[in-house]
Amino acid sequence: MPSLNETMDLYRRILLIRMCEEKIREVYPGDEIKSPVHLSIGQEAIPVGVCHCMPRGTRYFGTYRNHALYLNLTNDVEGFFCELYGKASGAGRGKAGSMHLMAPEVGLMATSAVVGTTLPVAVGAALACQYQGGDGWTVVFFGDGAMEEGVFGESMNFACLRGLRILFVCEDNGLAIHAPAKDRRGYRSVMDLTQAFDCYAASAEGQDVFKVIEKTRKIMEGMEQAPKPGFLHFTYHRFLEHVGVNEDYQHGYRKRPSDQELRQLDPAQVLSGQMARLGGVEADLEKMRNELKERIEKSVAQARAAPFPEPGELCTEVVL
Amino acid sequence: MTRTITYREALNLAMRREMEADEDVFVYGLDVPDHKRIFGSTKGLVEQFGLNRCFGAPLSEDALTGIGIGAALSGLRPILTHIRTDFMLLGMNQLGNMLSCLRYMSGGKVHVPMVIRSVVGRGWGQSAQHSKSMFGIFAHFPGLRVVLPSRPQDAYSLLRAAVRDPNPVIFIEHRWLYDVEGPVDEQVTVPIGQPVVVRQGKDLTVLCVSWMNVEALKAAEVLARRGVELEVVDVRSLAPLGRDLIVESVKKTGRCLVADYDWVFAGFSAELAAVVGHDCFRELKCPVERVGFAHAPCPATRPLENLFYPSAVTLIRMAEKMLGLDETDLSGENFYSYENKFKGPF
Repeated sequence: MPSLNETMDLYRRILLIRMCEEKIREVYPGDEIKSPVHLSIGQEAIPVGVCHCMPRGTRYFGTYRNHALYLNLTNDVEGFFCELYGKASGAGRGKAGSMHLMAPEVGLMATSAVVGTTLPVAVGAALACQYQGGDGWTVVFFGDGAMEEGVFGESMNFACLRGLRILFVCEDNGLAIHAPAKDRRGYRSVMDLTQAFDCYAASAEGQDVFKVIEKTRKIMEGMEQAPKPGFLHFTYHRFLEHVGVNEDYQHGYRKRPSDQELRQLDPAQVLSGQMARLGGVEADLEKMRNELKERIEKSVAQARAAPFPEPGELCTEVVL
Repeated sequence: MTRTITYREALNLAMRREMEADEDVFVYGLDVPDHKRIFGSTKGLVEQFGLNRCFGAPLSEDALTGIGIGAALSGLRPILTHIRTDFMLLGMNQLGNMLSCLRYMSGGKVHVPMVIRSVVGRGWGQSAQHSKSMFGIFAHFPGLRVVLPSRPQDAYSLLRAAVRDPNPVIFIEHRWLYDVEGPVDEQVTVPIGQPVVVRQGKDLTVLCVSWMNVEALKAAEVLARRGVELEVVDVRSLAPLGRDLIVESVKKTGRCLVADYDWVFAGFSAELAAVVGHDCFRELKCPVERVGFAHAPCPATRPLENLFYPSAVTLIRMAEKMLGLDETDLSGENFYSYENKFKGPF
């Protein structure tokens, strides 16, 4: 049974991500953020839950849908918004945009806008750990679409062959842009596909952060016993369009769940229900929301006011 | 101390010295530890450093490229080895979308000190998929260094420089160069990005890439007998490109022939021609000429292959044209024939 404090901490993390993204939704129509954004609403509990279990020094790799991962690992709201606004003080000095957020200082080594691309890079980080005789962890997040890329099999094969301490985390929203799983999968199921590889594997729904934590801890226990990679499959509902800030149920390629179903698919709402049961006080949550709101507003104001990179920055950081 | 060794031995020595100096250096790739050891270039590394630092891999060029990137991001210095440059096409996503631009996309927070060695094949029916050089394609990506040594000393010194470079380096070796012998001094360092004059001359500059140095030196030897002096410049590094020496040489001779070892159309030779055309506009006595592969995939059969590749004869004929000379009688000349050295199959 998690404590109220632990639960509050997790809730704060999920709420920070959610409120940052709601702010993006608010300002985006004004064309202030000139960068494609792939919002993580619905997905937050997966990175928050997995990262919650990992020890310090873990190396993380992600995708272009990386806001939740970035904000959870860095808590860097200012650098996040500055980057989205293309400013020199951004996390990538305005050269990354939303899709390539990195923070190696906290272990977020790389994210990529090309599906599947960080998979082998993460395997390389895990190999480095093994090479150096360390016992550190590597986690790589990817969408279900990445499993259709050739490099998925190559990466799994190498990691399993070498018995690397790497956790593959599949964030499965059942969609690749707009294409549903049934139009893309010539295999029976995600778990069937991983069966052939010599690794630990588990699957669960990903909207309940505690379920994510439970599955992650369990697979880590196995991985600590025998040196094999782990594969975690979490399903989630993508609340918004693939890229952009709007809902897109009206286009008819997928069905809108009922309001009640949507509540059950929303990691923030699921967790707030659990908090109430643990004796969470609404006033505390209100205080938390207000603090976060103030911080986000301040960060956005800072990002708006911050200078763009100087022209001379165009060709810096190309080589060292 | 200088001693005479082959290009393959120079490559081997460079890796050995870097692996001795730095435990973070490791060599990997298909066939790296097998009994043939990438034409001998990785010979003895397993025995000296163990399979942890010199290992083979599944047939996964795409993942292997990414694995090197991840290892380099984690503080190691990987040397990925491809027995043919053609196989690098399987890793182009990692090369173009990660290796070349991770540093930039991170706002300078990371760097990727990775070396990718690859061997250009030729002869004995290598055909279209075992013969490409493609270095112009790699040089096209900002963020990558591209190095093509043609002499044992450069193979040794530039490979050491590549391993120590904080940036990604594509290091391309021509299969036929493996048997070339030359003096190598272990203490000599060669920085990446500097061309070198390998034969001085006053009449015409030949800018050479990789194997074309061998052909150009032969052409220079033949033409010297009738008093024509070619200046042969080994470009050595495509990216970064050392313009100064190239420009200085062409300003001196007033003529420039680019001897590329790749397709001419949209190739690196056009870059060199543009540099020379711009910087030596007033000094040029005739238009810059370029030679390279014929505009076709490489054929397997020898008679067509002979036509596909530029040679010393191609260079002699082109130089004569540029200098307004009659054709030299080449009967009785002994030109490079790979049957003398390289009997295949690979």
